[in-house]
Amino acid sequence: MPDISTTTDGEHPVVPAQDAARRSRLQFPHPPARPDQPADFSAIVVPRAGILPVPPLDISASGCRDLALGMVRILDENNRPVGPWADYLGEVSADRLRQGLRDMLKMRAIDKRMLNAQRQGKTSFYVQCTGEEAIGCCFQRALSQGDMNFPTYRLQTLLVAAEYPLEQLMGQLYSNPLDPLKGRQLPVMHSARDYGFFSISGNLGTQYVQAVGWAMAAALTGTGKIAAAWIGDGATASNDFHSALLTASVYLPPIVLNVVNNQWAISTFTGVAAGKSETYAARALGYGIPALRVDGNDYLAVMAVSRWAIERARQGHGPVLVEWFTYRVGAHSTSDDPSAYRPRDEARAWPLGDPIDRLKTYLISRGDWSEERHVQAEAEILDEVIAVQKAVEAHGTFVDPQPISPSEIFLNVYADMPEHLRRQRKEMGY
Amino acid sequence: MARMTMIEALRSAMDVKLAGDPSVILFGEDVGYFGGVFRCTSGLQARYGEERVFDTPINESAIVGLAVGMAAQGMRPCVEIQFADYMYPAYDQITQEAARLRHRSNGQFTCPLVVRMPTGGGIFGGQTHSQSPEALFTHVAGLKVVIPSNPYDAKGLLIAAIEDPDPVIFLEPKRIYNGPFSGNPHAKSMSWAAHPAGEVPEDHYSVPLGKAAICRHGSDVTVLAYGTMVHVAQATVDQTGIDAEIIDLRTLLPLDLATVRASVEKTGRCVVIHEATRTSGFGAELIAEVQEACFWHLRAPVLRVAGWDAPYPHALEWDYFPGPERIARALKQVMEA
Repeated sequence: MPDISTTTDGEHPVVPAQDAARRSRLQFPHPPARPDQPADFSAIVVPRAGILPVPPLDISASGCRDLALGMVRILDENNRPVGPWADYLGEVSADRLRQGLRDMLKMRAIDKRMLNAQRQGKTSFYVQCTGEEAIGCCFQRALSQGDMNFPTYRLQTLLVAAEYPLEQLMGQLYSNPLDPLKGRQLPVMHSARDYGFFSISGNLGTQYVQAVGWAMAAALTGTGKIAAAWIGDGATASNDFHSALLTASVYLPPIVLNVVNNQWAISTFTGVAAGKSETYAARALGYGIPALRVDGNDYLAVMAVSRWAIERARQGHGPVLVEWFTYRVGAHSTSDDPSAYRPRDEARAWPLGDPIDRLKTYLISRGDWSEERHVQAEAEILDEVIAVQKAVEAHGTFVDPQPISPSEIFLNVYADMPEHLRRQRKEMGY
Repeated sequence: MARMTMIEALRSAMDVKLAGDPSVILFGEDVGYFGGVFRCTSGLQARYGEERVFDTPINESAIVGLAVGMAAQGMRPCVEIQFADYMYPAYDQITQEAARLRHRSNGQFTCPLVVRMPTGGGIFGGQTHSQSPEALFTHVAGLKVVIPSNPYDAKGLLIAAIEDPDPVIFLEPKRIYNGPFSGNPHAKSMSWAAHPAGEVPEDHYSVPLGKAAICRHGSDVTVLAYGTMVHVAQATVDQTGIDAEIIDLRTLLPLDLATVRASVEKTGRCVVIHEATRTSGFGAELIAEVQEACFWHLRAPVLRVAGWDAPYPHALEWDYFPGPERIARALKQVMEA
C-alpha cells in the first residue's frame, strides 16, 4: 500500500505529515487486572438498591433506557429490601425464601461434589456455576409447568430448582446406566423435557434462536406457555444472538431472553464481547426489545424481575431481555485454570458479593433463619447429595464403568434405523 | 390427474400438507405474500394466512434455528433457503442442531423439519446461484437428503419429507423447475407438459424416501444420477445407443444400495454423474459403495462425470456443466474397458 501522504496525482487528498500521529489505532480491550495484579472492580458501577422503577408490563424499548443501563437491585448494602421492586414483590413467605436458599445450597453442594468427582476421575468433565446460583434457581421457580428453558451448560440451577431427580442428573455426569442420554453426551449437556429443560448443545448461541421458534410455536398453537432463552456474555457475540433478537423483535413471541453476564468467557474478559456497547441489556433496545439489567446475586431482585418478565411474556406483550449481572467464581470448567489469566482473589473482590450469603443474611435479619440452622442445612443437603452420589456411583463411573450397550450409538440417529446403520451395528457385533 | 411443472408440483405438495395438517408451517425469504422467487409458494399465504405461511428476515441461521425450535415442540416446519448457495449461514443449525437433536436428547426432542433449497446449475447462475452442496449434507449423520428429478416425484417426495419424523434436506434442481433438460443448451427448451412425469395427482400421495427409481432399464452399464443429470444422462444414452440402465437415486441419504447393487451386479459397469464438484463429492461415496458391494461383478473401473473442482463459472457455464459429451465419453470408456 503506498503511503497516502506521498500521493501527488491529485486524485487523493494529501494527508499532512503532522496528522500521521492521528492515524487510526485499534482498541484491544483488557480486563482490569491480570494474575500478577490485585483485583480491580473500580470500573464497575454498582447503583444503589431500590432506585429504579417497576415499569408497566407493556413498556416499550424506548421507555427502558434507565432499566437497561442501570441495575435493578432490591437488597441494599445491609441486605434489606428497598424500593419499588421490593414493593412489586410484596411479602415473600419465609418458606419460599428458605426454599430458594436450599436450592442454591444444593446446587453448590452438587458443584463441590462433582468437581471432586472429576478430580478423582469418576467423570471426565464438569462445569460449576458457583456464584451464579441465584439466577437459574430463582428464575425456574417463577416458571410454570410446560414453559421451556433453552439453557446453556452453566444452568444446572434450572434443573435443581425444577426438582429434577438427582439420580438422573448425576447419571448423566457419570455416563452410567442411569444416564437418560445413554452416554451420548458430554457431562453437563443435560436434556430434561419434562422439567422444562431443552437439550444442551456444545455449539454456543444456537439455542437462543431455537427458543424464539419454540415461543412462536407456543403462540401459534395457543398453549399459553412461554420460552426462556439463555446465553452467556461471551456467546452474545455469536450470530444466533443477533438472529434471536431480530426474529423476536419481528414476530413478538412470548419469550424471556436471558443474558448471564459473568464477566468471563473462558479466559476472555467480557469487554471483548461487549466492545464499546454500554451493557448487554442496551443491545436489546436497538432491536426494539425492552430490557433490564439486574443484580444477579440478589435473590430478591432475581425473583421480582423473573416474575415481571415472565408475566409480561405470558400476557402477550412480547419479548423482553434481562441481563443478569454476576461473576463466574469458579474455573470455566474442569479443563480450565483461571489463575493463568485473572487475579486469584478476584471473586472475593466482586462488588455484588455472594448470592447465598446475601439471602442468608436477609433471612437471618427477618428472624427466619440463623447461623446454626444454616450450618445444619448445609450439612443436611451435603449428606443428601453424597447419599445420592454413592447410590449413582454404584451404577458405574468413568474409573469403574458399567458401560451402556454400544448399540446405543446407532439408536435415535433417526426415528427408524436405516439400512446402512443396521449394517454398521452388525459390523460392530450387536 | 393434472399437468404440473415441478414448481406447481412442489406447491401442490405444500398445499396438500397445509390443508391436511395444522402443524405444517412454511416460511423463508419472500415465501409469503410474494409467493417465492421461483413461485413455489405462490398463493399459499392468501389461502392459509400468515400464521401458516410467512416472510422472514434475510438470515438463514434464523430461518432454520426458528424451525428447529418449532419442530422440537411438534410443529412441522417446511422452510426455504432461497438458493442452496446461501445455506452456509444455516449450516451450524442444520448439522449441529437439527441433525443431532433426536440422538443427543435420546428422543426427548425431535426435529421433523424440511429445508427446501433450489440447487444446481445450467442457468448462468454463476458462483452463488448454481452450487450443488449435497455432499455437505450426506456427510452428516441424522439428516436425510432428497433430490427429485421430475414433478411427480417432487410432489410425492416433498409430502413424504414433510411427513418424515426426521430433518430432511430437500434439494430442488432449479434447471428443471419448468421442464426437463437434455444437457444441450442450444436445443429448444422442453416443458413438463410433454413428459409422462408431468402428470401429477392433485391429491395426497407420497413417494417413499430412501428408494431409488430405475428410469431406463438396460444391460450394458449402470448410470447413477440424480436431479438434472438424470435427464442429461437419458438424452445422452439415447444418442449413444448404449443400453444403459439409468438409476435416479432420488434419496441420497439413506441410499438405496439394494437397487444400485442389483443393477451393477447385472451390468458389471457403472458411471456416476453429478453436477457437484468432483473431489469428495457424493460420487466418491457412491463409487466406494459400488466397489465394496459389487467388486467381483465389475468389468471396468467405475467412472464419474462431475463438475470440475473449481467454483461455478458464469460465462464458461457449458465448459463446466458435465454435459452430454463428457457423459458419452465416460460411457464409451467403461464399455471399452
